[in-house]
Amino acid sequence: MTPDAITQTAPEGVLVTTTSASTQSAPTHRPQRADGTPAGDSPQPPVPPAPPTPRRLPTPIRPSAFGADDLLVLVGAAISSLCLVWIVFYQLTSLSGGLGFLICWYLVFLGLTWFGTAQFVERQVATDRVVAVVVVSAAMLMVGIIIFIVGWVTYKAVPTIHWSALFTKDQKVFQAADPNALSNNGVFHAIIGTFEQVMLAVLMGVPFAVATAIYLNEVRGFGSRTVRTVVTAMSGTPSVVAGVFIYSMLILTHVLNYSGFAASLALVVILLPSVTRVVEEVLRVVPSGLREASQALGAPEWRTVWSVVLPTARSGVVTAVLLGVARIVGETAPLLFTAFGSQVINWNAFSKDQGALPLVIWSDVRQAQPVLIDLAFQAAFVLMALVLILFVLARLFSRPRGRGGKRRKARPDEDDFMARIFIPVPIEESESR
Amino acid sequence: MTTTLPPAAPTGPGHPAQFTGTHVLGEPGQIDAEGVCAWFSGRLVLETVNLVMEQSKVTALIGPSGCGKSTFLRILNRMHEVVPGAQLAGEVRLDGVDIYGPGQRAMETRRHIGMVFQKPNPFPAMTIAENVLAGLKFSRISPANRDDLIEESLTKGGLWNEVKDRLGELGGALSGGQQQRLCIARSLAVKPRVLLMDEPCSALDPTSTLRIEQTIKEIANEVTVVIVTHNMQQAQRVSDYCAFFLAEENQPGRVIEAGRTEMIFGEPTDQRTFDYVNGQFG
Repeated sequence: MTPDAITQTAPEGVLVTTTSASTQSAPTHRPQRADGTPAGDSPQPPVPPAPPTPRRLPTPIRPSAFGADDLLVLVGAAISSLCLVWIVFYQLTSLSGGLGFLICWYLVFLGLTWFGTAQFVERQVATDRVVAVVVVSAAMLMVGIIIFIVGWVTYKAVPTIHWSALFTKDQKVFQAADPNALSNNGVFHAIIGTFEQVMLAVLMGVPFAVATAIYLNEVRGFGSRTVRTVVTAMSGTPSVVAGVFIYSMLILTHVLNYSGFAASLALVVILLPSVTRVVEEVLRVVPSGLREASQALGAPEWRTVWSVVLPTARSGVVTAVLLGVARIVGETAPLLFTAFGSQVINWNAFSKDQGALPLVIWSDVRQAQPVLIDLAFQAAFVLMALVLILFVLARLFSRPRGRGGKRRKARPDEDDFMARIFIPVPIEESESR
Repeated sequence: MTTTLPPAAPTGPGHPAQFTGTHVLGEPGQIDAEGVCAWFSGRLVLETVNLVMEQSKVTALIGPSGCGKSTFLRILNRMHEVVPGAQLAGEVRLDGVDIYGPGQRAMETRRHIGMVFQKPNPFPAMTIAENVLAGLKFSRISPANRDDLIEESLTKGGLWNEVKDRLGELGGALSGGQQQRLCIARSLAVKPRVLLMDEPCSALDPTSTLRIEQTIKEIANEVTVVIVTHNMQQAQRVSDYCAFFLAEENQPGRVIEAGRTEMIFGEPTDQRTFDYVNGQFG
């Protein structure tokens, strides 16, 4: 009988016993006498209603309702599982090995988390929590691995970089005894090579890929099922086979010499199926109502595709091209016997062998000279930076133009630069055909 | 088979085969449908529809779901044939010329007989102005005065005052009702002679619905309107003529009764029509 409001309104009546949990929602509860008649019948003037307070739910159902005590359970489970597994793993069973220990620790940690949480909440909620922990730790592992890779390469590369040499010089003067080897050598020849080869591959591959996707999804002509199967199978082609194909078809037969162009042809073989599949998926989510509207205005089929379907899917197509570039920019195997890897700057992709960043990494990191290993890490660093730059550029270019003020207000995060880069642009009212 | 409207104008060998050129775009046209049947994947869904849609009038097609109204509407501008497995029979004449006749091109037909769909579908990658001009762009016609045409079409669509300061915004930035009026304006910009509307208000709120009904009345003297609707009051409010479609159990859809709207709603001759318009159906 603690709450004041109830004792005020029904001074002489016998009050219904209330728990402290339910009194927090007092404004919505009419206090009642024991006989069930509303206490409002009493002659006392009505009490002004208290401001509403959020009601505390009996059990936190949602995994997102995560408090300090939940964190404590997690930390406790982590520590106790570490101790338990250490005793069992190393002391009692004399097993060894770090990875096995980590896996056992994680599994026991999950189990203890479940038991610990189940002390406070229902078992179903505890299971929910454990699943949430699994999902979050998987995401953290993923991000952790990426940060580790990027950080490791940066850590190995950046301290040894001579920036001016890296972006201007090649490796034609490399001598292991040279004390200034790092400032006399760079990977500019490989940057040029990779850039030209990838650009040529994109210029040749993307139109074909988009046309194939249009054939598969818009035209749906003769044999499109077969074509789709072939494209799917082609995306499983090992990249070294693509290189061997170009080597045996064009280089051994003296149609081409070792050149960047030959390398880009091999890259096209890799690029085509992946871009085709993604563009096809993107075209599929363009609402079919738009195609009908276009046809009802008297547009021929090619007009519908060119003026309505492709502009609507623009950001998705750009993403597809970007994914294709990311797929081929680090490919090493197709370049081995097509570009062949020159140590000198060669601007002409159509004659003579040409360097490439993956080839520099591949050949230099296995050498005995520390300087060459440093150069390999620098090339890896440049390659990653190149991918990042391409990624940012593509995201910026794929923004829909002239967005209305209304929508901009509705989604303020779009103005944020990072969000502009990393949040994929949804196709409006996606609807499958 | 109940048909009440007068027989269609005769067509013969001497009749102009192409309505392109012999008629001016923008003049309201008359559609005669004769013996129209439709199949989906070999199943008959619409049987022998004979119907005349009068010049400069609003004809409403009413009836329960699945009775073939929308199919019939799509046959009127050759949108039926884009559905895989769809077949049809009979003749549809625009001012006496069979639109399914030899030498007639579907693209050309659809410019003369425009269509507005159930769900507003402005092109999301185009601005409001570009949406209005889309039909002309598709036909590779450059209008004499772009701005005038945009204003004229949007005014007819009843949207000009709301969007005149934001023509450069994307079509998707408008509300649902505004988007639908943009679609009407887009269809009117190519100056069709007939405008088909497939439940244009079913996705909209009552205010937007009234706004669009107003628009329909305003454009009716410039273009013949055929509208499919599930809303009895709407059919009564906007239409001059009415056709009641019904598909009885395991039967294809048929026109039960057609005539002036007052007659269909006031004193229908068929008991089934009476039941339907008075809400005593099924």
